[in-house]
Amino acid sequence: MNKPMQVVDPYAGERLKLSPFHERQAALNLRDAWSSWNGYKFADYYYDEEYEYFCVRNSCATYDICPMQKYIVSGPDAEAMLDRMVTRDVTKLKQDRVTYVCWCTDEGRLIDDGTIFRLAEDRFLLTCGSPSLAWLRKSAFGYNALTIEDVSDTFAALSFQGPTTCEVLKKMGLEGIENLKPFSIAHFPLVGSDDSPLMVSRTGFTGDLGYELWIAPELALTLWDALYAAGEDYGIQPYGEAATNMVRLEAGFIMPGMEFNEALKTIHFEYDQTPFELSLDWLVDFKKPHFNGRVALLKAKNEGPEYTLVKLDIEGNKPAEESLLYADKNCEKEIGYVTSAMWSPVVKANIALAMVNSNALKGDIWAEIYYSKELRHHSKIARCVIKEAPFWSPVRARATPPAAF
Amino acid sequence: MQRFDNIIIGGGHNGLICATYLANAGQTVLLVEGGELGGLASTREFHPGFKVSVAHSLSHFSEDVSKQLSLAQHGFKPSDVSLTTVGLSLDGKHVVVTDNGVEGVGESDQDSYTEYLKMLNRFAKVLKPFWLKTMPRIGDNSLPNMMTFGQLGLKLRLLGKKDMGEFMRVATLPARDLMDENFDNELLKAVLSWDGLIGSKMAPRSPNATVLNMLYRMSGGKDGAHTLPQGGISNLIDALHKSALASGVEIKTGVAVSKIVIEKDSHGQRASGIVLQDGTVIKSSRVVSSVDPKQTFLELVGARNLEIGFTNRINRLRSDGYVAKLHLALDGLPSFTGLDTCDGRMIIAPTMDSIEFAFDDAKYGDFSQSPVMEIILPSIHDSAMAPSGQHVLSAHVMYVPHALKGGWTEQAKDTLYQRLIDLLSKYAPGIEQQIIHGELLTPDDLEKSYRLNGGHWHHTELSMDQMLMMRPTYEAAQYSTPIPGLFLCGAGSHPGGGLMGGPGHNAAKEILRSVK
Repeated sequence: MNKPMQVVDPYAGERLKLSPFHERQAALNLRDAWSSWNGYKFADYYYDEEYEYFCVRNSCATYDICPMQKYIVSGPDAEAMLDRMVTRDVTKLKQDRVTYVCWCTDEGRLIDDGTIFRLAEDRFLLTCGSPSLAWLRKSAFGYNALTIEDVSDTFAALSFQGPTTCEVLKKMGLEGIENLKPFSIAHFPLVGSDDSPLMVSRTGFTGDLGYELWIAPELALTLWDALYAAGEDYGIQPYGEAATNMVRLEAGFIMPGMEFNEALKTIHFEYDQTPFELSLDWLVDFKKPHFNGRVALLKAKNEGPEYTLVKLDIEGNKPAEESLLYADKNCEKEIGYVTSAMWSPVVKANIALAMVNSNALKGDIWAEIYYSKELRHHSKIARCVIKEAPFWSPVRARATPPAAF
Repeated sequence: MQRFDNIIIGGGHNGLICATYLANAGQTVLLVEGGELGGLASTREFHPGFKVSVAHSLSHFSEDVSKQLSLAQHGFKPSDVSLTTVGLSLDGKHVVVTDNGVEGVGESDQDSYTEYLKMLNRFAKVLKPFWLKTMPRIGDNSLPNMMTFGQLGLKLRLLGKKDMGEFMRVATLPARDLMDENFDNELLKAVLSWDGLIGSKMAPRSPNATVLNMLYRMSGGKDGAHTLPQGGISNLIDALHKSALASGVEIKTGVAVSKIVIEKDSHGQRASGIVLQDGTVIKSSRVVSSVDPKQTFLELVGARNLEIGFTNRINRLRSDGYVAKLHLALDGLPSFTGLDTCDGRMIIAPTMDSIEFAFDDAKYGDFSQSPVMEIILPSIHDSAMAPSGQHVLSAHVMYVPHALKGGWTEQAKDTLYQRLIDLLSKYAPGIEQQIIHGELLTPDDLEKSYRLNGGHWHHTELSMDQMLMMRPTYEAAQYSTPIPGLFLCGAGSHPGGGLMGGPGHNAAKEILRSVK
């Protein structure tokens, strides 16, 4: 009898990792639209980015956040270490609550943003977009009573977003989920289990009602199947990076590589940003006597940022992608640049995030927009108006309990 | 409770100097020392009747500091007579370096030595003004900063085109290349490279700052020649002590500092005093640490009060000592083969290769099979160091790693001790029988006895990346630190280690400038 031939993959170490949800997601990725995130095979979209966008806004949809970087920081020194690393006051964070944070270099330049979950008095989960173990270890130097564990690959997570999400979770059997407040954490049994292996946080990156579901990888498909069974009548659909980028822009959330350049990866002098330039002033708590970058940040605050990130409502319907901004219609005085732009279907507006010279915030802002119509290129000059509130911020995002469907 | 303008932590020569300058300017100063005044230069009895100090000679103690603190009035008696430097040879054909030149080498080496010394002197003069000056802060374009740069540029330019080029070339040259360029005699080369290497983790082939270190040592009054003040090293420390007291410095010894108090509120943080080992808190407007940077920041201040990048830079400072100290109480004068008198500074390092090989062993965590060393008999110069007719031998032994592979066990120490005695016996037959008592202090012992991280003479390696405006690291290289109210004044700051006084002097100037 012939032995089966041993196939050795010469690129084994180079292949993208597969998320614990991959099996189900691959079946639904009708367009095979894969890219990657932190070494994981990751969908740009599954069927159609606009369809997925509308699922997030009008029904419910899942987004795989397994590739997101996740660290458990635990021990008696964990709170002190994180409190010194990030600009917000972590000591105020109560158990089973989540907070949005950012952290900076000694020079006060933004390294990354993320969320901190207080799982217990001395146990925290830190999540962020880029690998941060090296910085965490540097930050932990001098704190002996703590451990840092990279759980990126050992903690599966699915973001579940949209107006019908609460209803679907109720259908799935998550008793009392409707009482979970924004930025709170609760634990639930999974398909009738005796223990509570499913952690749910009312968090997300869409500015809408939504939850993040946290589970051991071996239970990932069980969770998926239960969720998709419960969500079948509620238009449940996986969404990818493309739709995420649309909804986060409507919510006014910043993206690395778009609004900011991670300071530890920035080569050119001050091509990274301070939190003030990114309008994250509210994240920097100067009531804290010490945190990394405090002295530099105080100086930066007092001097005022050279550029300020603003939300723009732009006339017309041509997305102002990569546009330069001017103080005058003749485009003589350049005052900034657009970082992200789109036509927003729910807001019905031409929106953008942009870096504008702080001195020019009070005057006129004009965008020079290049667009193409059936291979012919055109340009137009469009008036921009600064918006203070997020473009999309529905009441249901904060309502507890959320409306039933 | 009394509150001081300044508390100085550590009573080594730099702490004493800084304290005295501050007191002379009308500031109230408390100096706290955990052990004896003088630090590595303090004199102690290591066997009944026999005394010794870890630092055993002076080569570049600042004459300016000496004058400004009126050390002569307080009893400092520097010697005019240089110690001859003797390169010991097994066959008794030693190489002797004196103020007048070299003996025991060929005529061409003698001539080369004259030219070599002239060249180094010209270069040393360029650098001399900068040792007693605060180095410019990187990124600070203020006028005084630019003046310092400008002055260095001008000094270099005034050397003339050829010398300027030579200076730039020679300054970071490995000692080996400099010696090979100038001399033939192997023993002479080894002896002359010694002063660029001693105290560091560098050997003749190490590119970095060995030549700069030689030039640093030549900043003293006698072009780097070693001397002993009348009454030994303790004469200098006593004079500094008296000068400090006369200026009104309050001194506490035998009391270790356990923490620097960092006051915190919504305005940020500030150093506001110290906590003693017994829990006593003493308040001050400023805390000035002459303790090494690692201990100052990582232990006394604590990483959590500092910036993350800064803390990690401090943690990475190379501060492992590589010099052990051998002390012998002898029942008489040892007799070195071919030497009439042993009143000089004797070096056992037959060739530059022998130094290099000793270094190679230490690099990998071992002490050498054949160590190299520098020997002085302090009791010849100061009879108070030993009972009449008896003597003390003091030797710096290179290269002995702070972190020995397998750790510093008693057995490891005994092995090294015996190896050193065997080596000495080859040059001074019969010395073993003269030993009444012997002690070996490894860098690990120095660390423990003198509260000195890594047991490093210079607190942290004197190498290009940790020198000048990088010493100990940027953001703490102008004596002020990221913590308001906290200053550095020890060997870990510019210009660096050795009994020189620069850091104490410069720090006081910076502090007084900040107070104005």
